Amino acid sequence: MNFIWAFFIIISIIYSLCTGKLDSLNTEILNSTKDALDMVMKIFPVMALWLGIMNIASVSGLLKKMSNAVAPFLSKLFPELPKGHESLSFIASNIITNMFGLGNAATPFGLKAMKSLQTLNPKKDMATRSMITFLVINTSGVTIVPTTIISLRMMHGSANPTEVVLACILATSLSTIGAVFVDRYYARRDKKRDRRSI
Amino acid sequence: MIGVLSNLMIPLLVLVVIGYGIKRKVAVYDVFVDGAKESFELAFTLFPCMLGMLLGVNLLLKCGILDVIFEWAAPFFEFLHFPVQLLPMAFLRSVSGSTTLAMMNQFFAEYGPDSFIGRLASVIQGSSDTTLYVLTLYFGSIGVVKSKYALKAGLIADFMGIVASIIVVQLFFG
Repeated sequence: MNFIWAFFIIISIIYSLCTGKLDSLNTEILNSTKDALDMVMKIFPVMALWLGIMNIASVSGLLKKMSNAVAPFLSKLFPELPKGHESLSFIASNIITNMFGLGNAATPFGLKAMKSLQTLNPKKDMATRSMITFLVINTSGVTIVPTTIISLRMMHGSANPTEVVLACILATSLSTIGAVFVDRYYARRDKKRDRRSI
Repeated sequence: MIGVLSNLMIPLLVLVVIGYGIKRKVAVYDVFVDGAKESFELAFTLFPCMLGMLLGVNLLLKCGILDVIFEWAAPFFEFLHFPVQLLPMAFLRSVSGSTTLAMMNQFFAEYGPDSFIGRLASVIQGSSDTTLYVLTLYFGSIGVVKSKYALKAGLIADFMGIVASIIVVQLFFG
């Protein structure tokens, strides 16, 4: 992460210097601060809403009930998590809301899941295997109903806006399955390396 | 049909959660407010991470170096029968979701949503999430700085997603 970040910035600045686009470089650097604030301001109120709703689901036991239904499946993906741990219900809720294309409802669940996974983490600044598995599943996309895309297709007068849904599901399933394998591979390699260093 | 269904999802979710809360005699309003409070703390921890990520991504996107790289790489992808117009979108999908969404919108306007390019753009956008954003957000919120192999695994998964999208669209609509 550190390397990529530095790489992005250094290469961009050097390129801008070479092409003589110093003006836009200056505005871009300062604009990023505004963009970041905009982004946080945009997700902050929605997140407050869903964190509130989620708290009701959590206190009333609905989350627990929901996660019990998918627990056998999840425990295969997250073998390191203790059975019935609260993080599992957040992970389940995140994946379920993501599936229905409710990205902004899924995010607070995801953040809660991370927080809960962090309580099991012995080294607080280092990612655990479960965290990475969760993130990789998340980033490979598990959407079943891509609402934004459908509405944009509709707007542009598509004859059949939903025709891509099946293709999306298939592609996303393939990439998620692939992601799980990649994650497994790296996790195993990581474990081996740990053992060697001890 | 799916439009109606997805419009129903959010109200339904809220209804079910609150209804279940009432049934279980939870002080729903108080609990709601209590949960929503957490968002302040989150917003504060997230801002620096977002700022860092956006600084890197914005500079890279706007400086123009990508256009040069894509132009340079185009013949190779032409050789693979990958529509060259989609190259920037495929590459940036993991880096900036809003950029690729805008690109998709442009493809719809230019080629129509029912063209091969329009469909492939839809599937590329729909089958994956913005890896860099999700990593920043999720790790940033809990203060994990050593992400180990997360980025590598995420990017490989994204690449597989793009390949899967091309194959699937060719199979479905080719």
